Amino acid sequence: TSDRADMGFDTAYEAISEETDTGHRWAFGTGFTDPLAGVDTAVPAEIDGGDLATYCLMLGDDALIMSHRLQQWLARAPELEEDTALANIALDLLGQARLLLARAGAADESGRTEDDYAFGRGEHEFRNVRLAEVTDADFAGLMARLLVFSTWRLALLTRLRSSADPVVAAVAAQGVKELTYHRDYAAQWVIRLGDGTDYSRERMRAALAATAPLVPELFERSAAEQRLAAAAVAVDPADLRAEFDGVLEHVLGEAELDWPQSPGLAGVSGPAGRDGVHTEGMRGLLAELQSVARALPGATW
Amino acid sequence: MTTRDQEMLVRARQVAQSVPDPELPMLTLADLGILRDVAVRDGSVVVSLTPTYSGCPAIAEIRADLASRLAAAGFADVDVRTVLTPAWTSDFISSAGRRKLAEAGIAPPRSQQGAKGGPVPLTLFAPGPPVACPACGSRETERTAAFGATACKDLYRCRACAEPFEHVKEI
Repeated sequence: TSDRADMGFDTAYEAISEETDTGHRWAFGTGFTDPLAGVDTAVPAEIDGGDLATYCLMLGDDALIMSHRLQQWLARAPELEEDTALANIALDLLGQARLLLARAGAADESGRTEDDYAFGRGEHEFRNVRLAEVTDADFAGLMARLLVFSTWRLALLTRLRSSADPVVAAVAAQGVKELTYHRDYAAQWVIRLGDGTDYSRERMRAALAATAPLVPELFERSAAEQRLAAAAVAVDPADLRAEFDGVLEHVLGEAELDWPQSPGLAGVSGPAGRDGVHTEGMRGLLAELQSVARALPGATW
Repeated sequence: MTTRDQEMLVRARQVAQSVPDPELPMLTLADLGILRDVAVRDGSVVVSLTPTYSGCPAIAEIRADLASRLAAAGFADVDVRTVLTPAWTSDFISSAGRRKLAEAGIAPPRSQQGAKGGPVPLTLFAPGPPVACPACGSRETERTAAFGATACKDLYRCRACAEPFEHVKEI
């Protein structure tokens, strides 16, 4: 980097050696700081802080868990360019998650950090939809899930740009720009595979069939969402359905595929991801995500 | 504001503006348009930054770099704050920044229309006007990958001179 040149180091190794390292001189080794440092996190008087924290956990957990599943694909994608794409999408979602989890800790005045939420909660405390947590049978499966996830989340964040909570509105405004790229990426792969060979079409069709049962849950509204939607903080997820269906119809039309008719994946006695009731794969995901933090509590880079 | 504060402000602003971006080191933070404000309050320097992307990993490095360069210039007390609104857009890159990108072989972002309020349209096969090749200037270019080595770039190839190149994405 230009730092290195300024400081007269001969090699990158010299620049990061213990003798010269001031603790924050080499890229990305500085540990994590509060992503909301300096942002006014006061909750507007008319908003219920507890509901707002719950809502931020829902949106933050969706992004965190989807990001982790994307990260598990790295070095497994069919081409290097796809690895790069999946890493970038995972990074965008991780950034959204960090902001939203930090927002939750400020909103409920618990003072919990993003790390407390990501690494310190048990399975039943995660509020993500189950679409985010399931594993993919193949790359087509990931693309089907990413198309559904990004189409739904883009429709949601587009509306949240005018949320009565200024932090949620700001995260949404930035997230919309990122999700536009994610949706385009997934849509192009769904079209390429659907309108490709007989074999790729069959794999893509199977991927859609595997994803379809997880879709109805996306449009069910929780009690907190209902109250926050009335206060113009949240969006009623049912309001996203028409836009979602329109985009899927467009993409699948180009791909010459049909959306499979499917009843929703049943919850256990009704509750699902938003209530902390998850599928079997969630336990293994969290075991991996939280392993370092649980083995070495309080460790920093 | 005292004369001393004003002198501090001028110097602090000069230092902060000249800090290079770690991922696009040909650009300063000012060129990139992420430096929102530099202020002096009660003898301490308050720098306001807007991240380019939600997950931009360079922001921690930028914060540390700002603090250390300002410390080297004699400002012991530095507060780097995040400003999320308005969200960063590639339109914030200055004209000098665009020129520096092109000189470094990176195609600068095309200008965006104003903020859109309604649903975001799919841009499946029509990603806007062509990107000019930074090597030969030809507009006969094609995107080879939608994502690149950093969050803010994608990859292109020039059909005229066959040169591959990076391009700063429009967001």
